[in-house]
Amino acid sequence: MTAASLAVQFLNGLANASTLFLLACGLSLIFGVTRIVNFAHGSLYMLGAYVAWSLTQHLSGGVGFWASMFGAAVAVAALGALIESALLRRLYRSPELLQLLATFALTLIIRDAVLYIWGPEDLLGPRAPGLAGSINILGRAFPQYDVVLIVVGPLVLLALHVLLTRTRWGAMVRAATQDRDMAAAVGVNQAILFTSVFALGSGLAGLAGALQLPREPASASLDLFAIGDAFVVVVVGGMGSIPGAFVAALIIAEIKALCIALGSVDLPLLGTVAFPKFTLVAEFIVMAVVLIVRPWGLFGQPQSIQRALNPAEPPSHAAPRWFYWLAGALCFALAVAPLALGETSYALVLAIDIFIAILFAASLYSLVGPGGMHSFGHAAYFGLGAYAAALLLKSAGAPMPVALALSPLGGALGALLFGWFCVRLSGVYFAMLTLAFSQIVWSIAYQWDAVTGGSNGLIGVWPSQWLASHTAYYWLSLALCVAGLVFLRIIHLSPFGAALRAARDNPLRAEAIGIDRRSVQWRAFTIAGAVGGLAGGLFAFSKGSISPETLSVSRSIDGLVMVLFGGVESALGPIVGAAGFVALQDTIARHVDYWRAMLGFFMLALTLLFPGGLAGVWRRRS
Amino acid sequence: MKTRIISAVLSLCALAAPVAAQNIRIGEINSYKAQAAFLDPYKRGMDLAIDEINQAGGVGGRKLEVVTRDDNADPGEAVRMAEELVSAEKVDLLAGGFLSNIGLALGDFAKQRKIVYLASEPLTNKLVWENGNRYTFRLRPSTYMQAAMLAREAVKLQKKRWALIYPNYEYGQSAAATFKALMKKLQPDVEFVAEQATPLGKIDAGAVAQALADAKPDAIFNVLFGGDLAKFVREGTTRGLFKTIPVVSLLTGEPEYLDPLKAEAPVGWIVTGYPWYGIETPEHKAFLDAYQKKYSDYPRNGSLVGYMTIKAIAAAIGKAGGVETEKLVGAFSGLEFDSPYGKIMFRPQDHQSTMGAYVGKTDVKDGKGVMVDFAYRPGADFQPSDEEVKKLRPAE
Repeated sequence: MTAASLAVQFLNGLANASTLFLLACGLSLIFGVTRIVNFAHGSLYMLGAYVAWSLTQHLSGGVGFWASMFGAAVAVAALGALIESALLRRLYRSPELLQLLATFALTLIIRDAVLYIWGPEDLLGPRAPGLAGSINILGRAFPQYDVVLIVVGPLVLLALHVLLTRTRWGAMVRAATQDRDMAAAVGVNQAILFTSVFALGSGLAGLAGALQLPREPASASLDLFAIGDAFVVVVVGGMGSIPGAFVAALIIAEIKALCIALGSVDLPLLGTVAFPKFTLVAEFIVMAVVLIVRPWGLFGQPQSIQRALNPAEPPSHAAPRWFYWLAGALCFALAVAPLALGETSYALVLAIDIFIAILFAASLYSLVGPGGMHSFGHAAYFGLGAYAAALLLKSAGAPMPVALALSPLGGALGALLFGWFCVRLSGVYFAMLTLAFSQIVWSIAYQWDAVTGGSNGLIGVWPSQWLASHTAYYWLSLALCVAGLVFLRIIHLSPFGAALRAARDNPLRAEAIGIDRRSVQWRAFTIAGAVGGLAGGLFAFSKGSISPETLSVSRSIDGLVMVLFGGVESALGPIVGAAGFVALQDTIARHVDYWRAMLGFFMLALTLLFPGGLAGVWRRRS
Repeated sequence: MKTRIISAVLSLCALAAPVAAQNIRIGEINSYKAQAAFLDPYKRGMDLAIDEINQAGGVGGRKLEVVTRDDNADPGEAVRMAEELVSAEKVDLLAGGFLSNIGLALGDFAKQRKIVYLASEPLTNKLVWENGNRYTFRLRPSTYMQAAMLAREAVKLQKKRWALIYPNYEYGQSAAATFKALMKKLQPDVEFVAEQATPLGKIDAGAVAQALADAKPDAIFNVLFGGDLAKFVREGTTRGLFKTIPVVSLLTGEPEYLDPLKAEAPVGWIVTGYPWYGIETPEHKAFLDAYQKKYSDYPRNGSLVGYMTIKAIAAAIGKAGGVETEKLVGAFSGLEFDSPYGKIMFRPQDHQSTMGAYVGKTDVKDGKGVMVDFAYRPGADFQPSDEEVKKLRPAE
C-alpha cells in the first residue's frame, strides 16, 4: 500500500463521515432538547431517500436534482413535525422507555408503508447532474460527488453552530437542552420549540437520505442500518453534542476506510488478519472503547438535570395469599393442559415459545424494572446461553440435560464480564454499551465459522429422546419458566432486591447508607444474564438449531417490547407482555399481509391508551 | 384496509369451513416481507403452477393447495411455523426457505420430525452435503455449482492475478472458497492478490473499489448482490475500475439484481442468471406466455423457482402415488420432472436437483441490463465426483 492510496482512502473516509454526520446530527439535536431517543430516525432517513427518488423521476436537470434533494428534506421535516405534534407530545411525561416503544412502533409502520408505496425492488436514483464523473487525485479517479459530500458535512456543522449560538431560537434550544423545566418556567413555548427541533432533526435525516441517493439505491432495509450507525455516532460523540457527532463520524468512517485499505495482512503471532472483515463491527468496537474510557462519550457531559417525572414506585411487597393460590392453580391448569390438548396440538408448541419468551422477558425486566438499567443488548446473554448449550452438546459431547443445565452459566459469564463495564455507566450510555457488547458477541458468532458455524449457525441441537415429545418439552419449559420466575421474585423481595431498588431510586442516598451501587448492579446484571441464558438454552433445544439471530438486536428489542407491553411497574408485566406479544405476533403474522405495520399500530394504541402496559390496565382500574 | 378486512373475513371463513379433506396441502415457509423483491415473484410462480395443475385435475384426482407462512427472516420462527403447519394445518410436506440458515434449520426439522422438505432457494452447499439428510431435497443450483460454472469461464480469460469481493457471511465465503479451490485446480499459476469481505447490505463501496484497484488485479470475481452490488457497480464505474479489468460475477444476470441497475448495468461481465427474454425452448416459451398472460409482468428468477418448486412436488406426489412420507422420499430420490428448463432430476446421491443456470455476458440494451451470448449450463455437469460427495455427506 502506498502513501498515495492511503491518502485517497482518507478522502473516501471523509465523504462517508459527512454522510454519517448528516444522519446523526439530527438525532443528537432531538435528543438534546426533547430527551426522546428517536428510534424512527433511521426510518426518516430511509423516507428521505425514497421521496427524493420519486421527486427525481419528475424533476430533471441540475436544478431539478437539487430541488428534489431539498424537497425530500422538507417533506420529511413536515412529517417529523406531524409525528411530534400528533404523537410524541403526548408522551413527554411518560417513562423514557415508553417513548422508545412508540418510536419503535413508528419504524414498523414506516417500513411497511414504504413497501406498500414504493414496492419491494431497490430503486437506484440518478447521479447528480454535472457531478457524475470523477476528478484525478494522485493518479486515481475520485468521484466528483464525493467531493461535494466532503464539503457538505462541515457546512451543515457550521450552519448548525451559527443557528445554535447566534440566534434567539438557538438560545432557547440550548436552554432547553440544559434544563427544559427551567426554560419552560421562564416562558419558552415548549410546544413550538419541540416541534421545530423535531422538524429540523427529521429534515436533516431526510436530507442525509436524499443526498445518499446518487451513491446507494433506496431500499426498505436502509432504516435498520441507518439507525444503528446514527446511534453509535451520537453516543460516541456525546449525546446532544453536535461537534461531538462530527468528530465521532470522522473517527468511525476513517477507521473503516483504513480497515478496507489494509486488506489481508500477515502479522507476527496472529497469522493472516483480514482487516476488511472488521468493518462488520468496527463502529461498535469504537463505541465500547470510547464508553469505557469516557462514560459520556467524547464531547458529552453528565446528563443534565431531569426532575422525577413519575411518582416513585411504591415499595414491593409479597403478594397477598390468594394470589399465590391463584398462581398455583394456574400452574396446575397449565401442567395438565397437554393431557387435554394432545401431543400433536400446535398450542403446545406456541406455549413452549411463550414460556421461553416469559423467562427471557422476566430476566430483562429484573434489570429494567427493579434495577432501573435499560439494557439494549440482553439478547447477548440469551444467545450465549443458547450457544453454550449447543456447543456443549455438539462439540463437548455433553448429554442434553447437562448442556441445558449449564446454559445459564454461558449467560452469566458473559454478563459478569460485560456487566463490570456497563454498570459504570447510566441512562442512555448504559443502554448503548450493552448494545455494543451484544453486537460484538453477535459478530463473533457470525464470523467464527469453525466454532459457531458462522452465519449458518449450529443445527442438530435436539433434546434427548425422553424429552423430545412436545408434551415432555412443554413440561420441562413450564417447570423451568416457573422456577426462574420464582427465583427472580425471591431475589426481588430479598434485602438484595431492596438494595437494588434503592440504588435505582436514589444512588446518592443508597451509597450514603453503605450500599455499593456498582457491586449490587453488577450482581443483578449477572443474575439477569444467567436467567436469560437459561431461556436461551431452552430455546436452542426447542428449535433444534441456533444461528446468530438468537443474539441479534431485534431480539433485544423484542424483549424490551414485551416488558413494556406488560408494563414496567408490575412484576406481572413481563409475563403478560411476553405471552401477549408472542401470541399476537403469531396470530396476525398468519392472517395479515402487512403484519408489521399492524403490530406497530397496536403498540402505538397501547402506549397512548394504556401507558402502564397491559398489566397496568388492571392496576389502574383497581 | 379494505383488503385487510376482506382477508380477515376470508380467513375466518376458512377456519369455519371444513377443509376439503382430499386436498394435498403443501406447507410453504419464506421470508416474504424481508426478501420481498425475490419472493413476491416467487409466490406468483407458485400460484401459476398450482392453477395449472388444479385445472388439469390435480394430482391423482386430488387438488393441490399451498399454505404459506412468513418467517420474518428468523430461523427460530421458521421452525415454529413449520411446527404449526405440520400440527395445526396438517400439511403433507414442507417447502420454501430463502436464507441459508433457515434452509438448514428447516432441513434439520424435517429430519427430526420425519417429513419431506423441498428447499427451493437456499444456496448453501451444506444443505445437501455436510448437513444433508434423508428428508431434505434442494431445487436451486448450489453455491458450489454456480461458482463452478463461472470458474470454467474464468479460466478461459487466462488471467493470473485475481481479486475477490464477497459479502461477509456463509454464502459469500463459501462461493469465494469454492472459486479459489477450483481455479487453483484448473489454472495452477493463479494468484489471489486481494480479498474484500464486506458487511452484508452495508458495503463501503468507494473504499472497497479503490482498495481493489490498488491491488492491481488482472480480473475480479464478485459475489455481491442486491443493494451492495448497485453501490459497487456505481462506485467502480465512476472510479474506472472496470475499464480494463474483466469481472466474473455470481447471480448478477438474475433480473432481481440486474434490473434495478437499469442503464448503469455493467457491460461485459461474465455472469450466471436468468435471461427470460431470450430463452427459445418450447418449455420455457409456454411458461413465459402463461406467466405474462396471468400477471401482465415478466418473470423473475424467483418466479421460475416458485413455479418449478410446485411442479417438482406435483411430479413427486404423482410418482409416489400418495403423500406418505417414506414413499415421497423414495419418489423424490432420482425423480425426473419437466420444467421450463427441460428435464430436471433430483440426484439420488445428494438430493440436489440438476437445475442449471444460464451463463453469459451482461450488456445494456434500450436502457436496461440484459444478458447476451448466453448458454444453458445443466447442473449435472458442475458437481464434484460421486466419491467426493459421498465423503462430504453423512451416511444415512
